[in-house]
Amino acid sequence: MTKTQQGVLGTKLGMTQVWDAENKIVPVTVIAAGPCVVTQVRTAEKDGYSAIQIAFGEIEPRKVSKPETGHFEKVGVTPRRHLAEIRTDDSANYTVGQEITAETFAAGQLVDITGTSRGHGFAGVMKRHGFHGLRATHGVHRKHRSPGSIGGCSTPGRVFRGQKMAGRMGGDRTTTQNLTVQSVDAEKGLLLIKGAIPGNKGSLVLVRNAVKAGL
Amino acid sequence: MQTLDHVTEGAIRTDHPDFRTGDTLKVHVRVIEGTRSRIQVFQGIVIGRQGGGIGETYTVRKVSFGVGVERKFPLHTPMVEKIELVSRGDVRRAKLYFLRELRGKKAKIKELRDNA
Repeated sequence: MTKTQQGVLGTKLGMTQVWDAENKIVPVTVIAAGPCVVTQVRTAEKDGYSAIQIAFGEIEPRKVSKPETGHFEKVGVTPRRHLAEIRTDDSANYTVGQEITAETFAAGQLVDITGTSRGHGFAGVMKRHGFHGLRATHGVHRKHRSPGSIGGCSTPGRVFRGQKMAGRMGGDRTTTQNLTVQSVDAEKGLLLIKGAIPGNKGSLVLVRNAVKAGL
Repeated sequence: MQTLDHVTEGAIRTDHPDFRTGDTLKVHVRVIEGTRSRIQVFQGIVIGRQGGGIGETYTVRKVSFGVGVERKFPLHTPMVEKIELVSRGDVRRAKLYFLRELRGKKAKIKELRDNA
């Protein structure tokens, strides 16, 4: 089975609202997508798999490591801040140095968006896992947000693996699937996506066409 | 912070009159019935304006057959054909939620007189 994927890197700008054709309010996330440049084309013969590598974002050339500088020099483009690979079986259709813009996607299309979720630091079980905590009254002693019991006593004599507890929350690579593209502003390079996407404002996001679309 | 005003620029409506809490408005709303649309007028007192930018809304209250009716409109919605300013009100509060408890003459808003 061949699988083709398009993708573009961008920056999340934030959320706002627009009106659709039926004058209904649509909440949208604005992404400044691209311009990305293809820096490498991977083929099954040479690399064992088929993919394209794309680069995005401005960076001062001084800050780029020597190996990366060489990698970009080979392509003949100015160094970029971020690199990402997109597995696609039609990598032969791409050429090194080719530009990828927001126009890759069209309004109405379904996309998957990958980003780094907002960091919440060390969070308790109520915030992190949605536990209900203990009661507010009836003699609960300074433990209103605690998880309560985490297991049995001598049987099993240990805490089960994967028991939900407090800990670091957020800051993970997260993908939200099947979001609709509300509109594409080719001139400004903006993608308007219906609904929320992972990450802070100004964070890097990868927009790909939905893997589950048309299933 | 980067504002997204340039995204919503085109949808911002500048054709509305300046109105504030306490004013009486006639809001001409487009109502779509099946395939055809008509204009419905909703007249009442503005009891508050909420939010800012593209998401700003206002609440209009009227008493219809003895029953209080409130409608909340987005300021920039294309569903509103036009807003007519009927009269200005003399109020000292930004939100007139106290009107909900008042009936009859007590629920009247004094009209604002210019240079009075």
